[in-house]
Amino acid sequence: MASTFLASDGAAVSLRGVGKHFGALQAVDGVDLEIPRGEIFGLIGHNGAGKSTLFKMMLGLVSLTQGEIWIGGAQVGGRDFRAARRHLGYLPENVVLYDNLSGLETLRFFARLKHASLAQCQPALDRVGLAHAGTRPVREYSKGMRQRLGFAQALLGAPQVLFLDEPTNGLDPQAIRDFYATLRGLQAEGVTVIITSHILAELQERVDRLAIMSAGKIQAVGSVQALRERTQMPLVFELQLAAEDAPAVAQALNLVTGAMPEALPNGLCLRCPRAQKMAVLAALAPFGSRVLDVKMLEPSLEDVFFGFSD
Amino acid sequence: MELTQILTIAGKEFRDRIRNRWVLAVALVFTVFSLVIAYFGGAQQGSVGFRSIEFTIASLVSLVIYLIPLIALLLGFDAIVGERERGSLDLLLSLPITRFELLLGKYLGLAAALTLSTLAGFGLVAVLLSRQMSWDGLFHYFGFMLSSVLLGLAFLSLAVLLSVLARDRTRASGLAIATWFFFVLVFDLLLLGALVGTGGRFGGEVFAWLLLLNPADVFRILNVFSLEDVRTLYGLASIVPPSMGSPTAMGAVMLAWIVVPLGLANWRFKP
Repeated sequence: MASTFLASDGAAVSLRGVGKHFGALQAVDGVDLEIPRGEIFGLIGHNGAGKSTLFKMMLGLVSLTQGEIWIGGAQVGGRDFRAARRHLGYLPENVVLYDNLSGLETLRFFARLKHASLAQCQPALDRVGLAHAGTRPVREYSKGMRQRLGFAQALLGAPQVLFLDEPTNGLDPQAIRDFYATLRGLQAEGVTVIITSHILAELQERVDRLAIMSAGKIQAVGSVQALRERTQMPLVFELQLAAEDAPAVAQALNLVTGAMPEALPNGLCLRCPRAQKMAVLAALAPFGSRVLDVKMLEPSLEDVFFGFSD
Repeated sequence: MELTQILTIAGKEFRDRIRNRWVLAVALVFTVFSLVIAYFGGAQQGSVGFRSIEFTIASLVSLVIYLIPLIALLLGFDAIVGERERGSLDLLLSLPITRFELLLGKYLGLAAALTLSTLAGFGLVAVLLSRQMSWDGLFHYFGFMLSSVLLGLAFLSLAVLLSVLARDRTRASGLAIATWFFFVLVFDLLLLGALVGTGGRFGGEVFAWLLLLNPADVFRILNVFSLEDVRTLYGLASIVPPSMGSPTAMGAVMLAWIVVPLGLANWRFKP
């Protein structure tokens, strides 16, 4: 099995009609999803939306009530899946590793279980910026260092699919930037990454596609831009104007279909349908340099998220 | 089933107990208590010093019945639930390891630590008292050590079962203490009460067989029947039928007490 993992050009992860209920509670309901190889894929949702359960189902930790999941050509729960696990990396949310082991001993322990070479442990520590702390016991690590050690653990065995649950918890801004740079490097090597985060602004520019989960169902899947377009949320323009020009500009913008200008202390705020973007710019053109500044604000991922999940 | 996975888990558990000096501490407890009992056990009768192996084993049986179950339960109660609370259980089970391999690895690692501390603790006593014991006495003492190890393994197996069943460490520790209380303090009282309450109408032999439902009593029977002199020291010997005196049969019962809770733990083990 090891040699056939992701050998075909098929999806790295494939979910077909996946469902799970705990008694009367339908935690995951009819999820269909295809994640191609080398994609960074985000999974977002409220607490209790079902994303953690779906994560665990993909890892074979929670059994399926219905449907099937394939990872790298191996069916989750099937005979080949044990071997396929060697090609998976997983960082659970808020995992607490073993306090009495050093960072290096922790990685050696997991490397043995993963049948990975022990020679990978020191480079994995280097990769997450813990080279200096490899021999220190984990109990002396800060929260951020523990999180980085968890990430290093997930990288053992050169995984082809990475499952990262809230991976940037406890990381400082520089460490978050380094983390995503590492993910981009892994993506370039063909690694598929599935990531959850509550910090939507963080995912916004960093995932290729994402799925929004609510009430156990996938409400929407696509790139952030595609989802913005699907929500049909208005674009927002912020115009900086001299006070005497504001009425004339507002009058001109009122002629654009669907545009709704509102006064600001130093100009105007305008909401308009995405399709009217060029019409707005055309309406502003006659004013030339009397328009002191223009900012065009796209709906944030948070706006998109609430647009789909509410 | 992959042996390497089991050994990796077991090795970590064992090394943890060596490193945090758990094995050393428990071995010292066994040694000190045993020496105190061996030398001062007869103080009430006005004599101090080593008297006989029979007397020493009889005294140690009482000590072991209280101490080893407690130590084994405390050692194993968070084996699984502790990993679950830390969030590392999901991580371990996402690796190429089955639940059974994880469970067995945990058990074997803890069992190795408990066995080493038991053998080291009581073994040191055997070395210190070897000049005062005959070969026959030493043989019986080693039998006592072996049965102590089995008793510890049986309660460790129960502890792992509790660890699988409990939702969190607090509940698991409560269950462990309750289990100790039931098997070590309450069980015999219940049997005795039932025996007295029924006025002995329901044959005493039935009650004797009911003793097999308690690994602490199986341990007691194993040691009580090993020595003629020791047998006379225990009132229970009078109600235990000779058919239960076979060390092999009682050893098999003790093995069942190890295997059955582990089997139940494996059956109930969910991530």
